[in-house]
Amino acid sequence: MTKQVQDSLINTSRWKVWEPVFWLLTLASPFVLSTHALIINEIAIVALFAVSLDLVLGYTGIVSLGHAAFFGTGAYTAALFAKLVMPDPLVGMAVAIVVSTILGAVCSLTILRGSDLTRLMVTLGVALLLLELANKFSEITGGADGLQGVVMGPVLGRFAFDLSGRTAACYSIVVLLIFFVLARRLAKSPFGATLMAIRDNRLRAMAIGIPVSSRLSVIYAIAAGVAGASGALLAQTSGFASLDVFSFDRSADVMLLLVIGGTGWLYGGVAGAIVFKLLQDAISTVTPQYWTFWIGLFLVILMLVGRERLLSPHTWFKRGSGRKA
Amino acid sequence: MLTILFDGIAYGMLLFILAVGLSVTMGLMNFINLAHGAFAMVGGYITVLLMQHFDVPFLVCLPLAFLGSALVGGIAERTLYRPMYKKPHLDQVLFSIGLVFMSVAATDYFLGSTQQIIQLPEWLKGRSEFGSGAWMLGMGHYRLFIIGVCAALTIALQYVLAKTRFGSRLRASVDDQRVAAGLGINVNIVFLSTFAVGSGLAGLGGALGAEVLGLDPTFPLKFMIYFLIVVAVGGTSSITGPLLAAILLGIADVAGKYYIPKMGGFIVYGLMIIILIWRPQGLFVRKGGK
Repeated sequence: MTKQVQDSLINTSRWKVWEPVFWLLTLASPFVLSTHALIINEIAIVALFAVSLDLVLGYTGIVSLGHAAFFGTGAYTAALFAKLVMPDPLVGMAVAIVVSTILGAVCSLTILRGSDLTRLMVTLGVALLLLELANKFSEITGGADGLQGVVMGPVLGRFAFDLSGRTAACYSIVVLLIFFVLARRLAKSPFGATLMAIRDNRLRAMAIGIPVSSRLSVIYAIAAGVAGASGALLAQTSGFASLDVFSFDRSADVMLLLVIGGTGWLYGGVAGAIVFKLLQDAISTVTPQYWTFWIGLFLVILMLVGRERLLSPHTWFKRGSGRKA
Repeated sequence: MLTILFDGIAYGMLLFILAVGLSVTMGLMNFINLAHGAFAMVGGYITVLLMQHFDVPFLVCLPLAFLGSALVGGIAERTLYRPMYKKPHLDQVLFSIGLVFMSVAATDYFLGSTQQIIQLPEWLKGRSEFGSGAWMLGMGHYRLFIIGVCAALTIALQYVLAKTRFGSRLRASVDDQRVAAGLGINVNIVFLSTFAVGSGLAGLGGALGAEVLGLDPTFPLKFMIYFLIVVAVGGTSSITGPLLAAILLGIADVAGKYYIPKMGGFIVYGLMIIILIWRPQGLFVRKGGK
């Protein structure tokens, strides 16, 4: 009996056949589709950001509208570090992760109490606060003009960032893969199981002895670090950081694409990023100004129909499979 | 200094009118509605368009703005919002963000992205000054008008909530929906009318505020956070809570922008975070909240 349970638990965390295939294809994509390296790079960055949000939202159930706070912190840290201290991307990445993890640990104090509305407001408030700060300290951050003059050194001292974006795409994908594997390991561990217990029923989780507050703080800090890494990727591969890394749109977009891909499933963020970025690219070439309308319409319809039905086509034509309130 | 206080109060009263509908519907349906600003924008645009193209006087526009947004709100409640009440908060947030995106892009498409200017009638344009020196009080007539209208509305709302039959039904539904329905209160109708009136009030606030807050297609996004602050800080169980929160926010915002312009919205956001850490259910709540 215990053997069976053990086996089934191990099975869920085992790598499926298609997973290495998917990652090999992803790694090959900058070389095969070399003309689209720029958008591949963007997708990888957004996917990493979405994976980070998934740890908080999908696995732990914290509704956050201000995840861009950590993304932006990572981006500005990486850009400033490259500009003022040294141009090596890997060291900059490490510094950005450390800084945003610390920020996440501090901010985790704000999300421990209160209702969903309170958490929504506090996370949004933190992101807006940082946006204001970045705007006001324009001597350091460049203010509304963005932080310019960031020169990146070559990765590992060998691969310089080029205009076609191939190095950038490879760099982003490798970083994404590393953090994905780590996040996967974390989510399938006993620690990840306690997070899901907290998400499903906080009171019961507390009753069986899970230290809820400390678990929330730890996962929030970790997710902040991952978000910081994705922000650092953006700043390093574009050589630029602007105020829009903190903007509300960025937080809303990442939440949206995570929901498109499916929450509580790490590939959801990756799949959502691919779909969302390609859609955005396609629609904005048709109507550059009004593409948010179509995204909004899509969201409204998706929510009215029920997002869990998007991934299970066999329920599309059945009525009234409404989920329990 | 008194002038700042006065402007802050006018701004806060305006925010209260804009947000009170949100606070009631949020308390009633436990629905996180980020699209409340869209209804305010409807009211603002109704006023601006009527005044520009049909020369309707300002005072006639205000009730029309109320009715127009109430109608839009009622239709939206019946068709779009009702299926969402039972869904998780994440779905509601995304749903209403979708509505905000749509309203912003659609307004931009049909009416252009420029800031709309409202022509106030002559008698509202003046400004009276009393006293001198540090204690000088300068009152713009329009702000005085705003305070007057909002105060009258607040008293009317308080009366309706506290004294009328509809008010007691509404309070019963807020306190416990299922028991209220069991006692024969048609909760759906209460929801619908409350949502419509709340949207109408937002529309009226949008019309009144077009001159003070500015009106362009990004209005719902720009002021979303302010409405939510009012509701989150004020709590959803009464209307005095949001009123005090709105006035506090108005004064803090105006004073902050006047004395330390470099910090801008920093003070408001900082204050909100501190208050919400200190009292996660809001400053003025009777009990521990739901």
